[in-house]
Amino acid sequence: MSGAMETSSMAAPRRLVPDLGGDPLLAAVIGLVLTGALALVLLQPAPYLVNMVGQLAAFAILAVSLDLVWGYLGILSLGHGLFFAIGGYVCAMHLLSHAYAVTGVAPDLMQFMGWKSLPLYWFGLASAPYALVVALVLSAAIAFVFGYASFRSRVNGVYFSIISQALVYVAMLLMFRNDTGLGGNNGMTGFPLLFGHPIGAPGMVTGLAVATLLALALVLAGARALVVGRIGRSMLACRDDEARLRTLGYSTTRLKLGIWCLSATIAALAGILYVPQVGIINPRVLSPDLSIEIAVWVAIGGMGRLGGAVIGAVAVNALKFWLSAAMPEAWPFILSGLVLVVVLGLPNGLLDLATLRPKPTWLRRGGGLG
Amino acid sequence: MSALVIENLSVVFGRFRALDGLSLAIDPGEVRAVIGPNGAGKTTLLDAITGIARPTSGRILLGDDLDLTRRSEAQIARAGVRRKFQKPSVFPALTVRENLEIGCGLDCPASERSDRVAASLAETGLEARADTLAGSLAHGEKQWLEIGMVLASRPRLVLLDEPVAGLSDAETVRTADLIRSLRRPDRAILVIEHDMAFVEAIADRVTVLHEGRTLFEGGMAGARADSRVIEVFLGR
Repeated sequence: MSGAMETSSMAAPRRLVPDLGGDPLLAAVIGLVLTGALALVLLQPAPYLVNMVGQLAAFAILAVSLDLVWGYLGILSLGHGLFFAIGGYVCAMHLLSHAYAVTGVAPDLMQFMGWKSLPLYWFGLASAPYALVVALVLSAAIAFVFGYASFRSRVNGVYFSIISQALVYVAMLLMFRNDTGLGGNNGMTGFPLLFGHPIGAPGMVTGLAVATLLALALVLAGARALVVGRIGRSMLACRDDEARLRTLGYSTTRLKLGIWCLSATIAALAGILYVPQVGIINPRVLSPDLSIEIAVWVAIGGMGRLGGAVIGAVAVNALKFWLSAAMPEAWPFILSGLVLVVVLGLPNGLLDLATLRPKPTWLRRGGGLG
Repeated sequence: MSALVIENLSVVFGRFRALDGLSLAIDPGEVRAVIGPNGAGKTTLLDAITGIARPTSGRILLGDDLDLTRRSEAQIARAGVRRKFQKPSVFPALTVRENLEIGCGLDCPASERSDRVAASLAETGLEARADTLAGSLAHGEKQWLEIGMVLASRPRLVLLDEPVAGLSDAETVRTADLIRSLRRPDRAILVIEHDMAFVEAIADRVTVLHEGRTLFEGGMAGARADSRVIEVFLGR
């Protein structure tokens, strides 16, 4: 090493993306998720608790989908509720048409609308595999159209965030209309059956929660494999300096579009798993504040670390489940307070607590790089 | 046969003519320096060549035949044009080695990649830092890493935007050595620089830009003696 370089031999900082097996946090989170699934099967806790775990896991999948585009690619979507809702709505349509096909009892929706039969676009959704494909393909297709238009025109940063927010808002207004045939402002509820069995049976509740936990573990493992590979390195490069990556001959539009559509598909999967557990879907899922909240989960947990998104989603929602019963009117203030704490003191979210320094960033004087 | 031909190139931003009918030809194997006062259009020239700025009129030809004027940044890069930016722009979240791997580009066969990375590490003297995060490198090391990323793609045209800005004297000498070692018969190098001594040390010819046009073209000694060049550099 030459003398000129000697001056810079400082300790290497913590890697943002450790090597495979080098992320104890993610390993611990996946381990915990799998242990949790096993515990639900073996210990048979109260159904309401099982159901809550299942819902939290669905939110965690949603948070991971956002972390993939925000933490690793620098695209902040404030409209991920849209893809979550697409999964949820298609799942609800499946549940209603499945129950109709099995029991012959027309869903409430048909009676409200005065229909003799379900409209054409409900056709075939009684079949679960077909409904699954429709949900995933539809969310990917909508993400593709929106992403292609935006990324091709180089709509980036805060502009992209605002447009994504507008998109989810438009979708909410659309779904509030009662003539869409998707339940209007009441949404869809009263799902009696899942795969031909009563949806409220304890075995079914446990089955759904376990399936959601397993899906979360799979999504985490898959996302991990993606971000440590060649594509993951391109994603980080694109996040940090997109113009530079382009002048090195890479099509960043294609990269962003691909990951964006993948993220939308994962969000739809979260919605599919969420709806049968919560038992209702309505346009409030599309409200802009829910979509912003997803970003808050990721920010609070720690973005760009996958495990952080899970921690954030679970921590914030567990707190929300508890507080919205105890003191609902305080919730917005507590959420805002959490955001302020994270922004001012913990730029990497709760993960910073593990390596907490004596002084938070805003009190620290300018460090090494002059 | 020229490595790069620029014909009557204009780039206009609103009412400001950043480049105003500029023509320029660079031979293969040549190291050309472009100098000029602030606002002369030096960086705009590189932006136009790399597809970041759209020319209002004129043409940019790579190797006499390939028209770069209407191509995307990625297409231009894949045609063999690489640029080192003025502000060192390495990818801070990746290691030196991973940066160089990205520098190899998409067209690089996987079998060749590790050889090219090793060669770039050796050429830039960054072997000992291969597994360090690029974000924690010193300023000079970032400059060299970025030059290494440019080299890893085996480019036919190298564009260097102020490679010694902010470097110490020792680092500047080392960078001049590095750039001289990049010279190859099938590669042209275009350097934008303020440091006259550095330009004299590396360049075959200089082009002096002023208000988007060529003021002088020739050897550095000629540039120093030219009355218009002296007026532009000293008169303001």
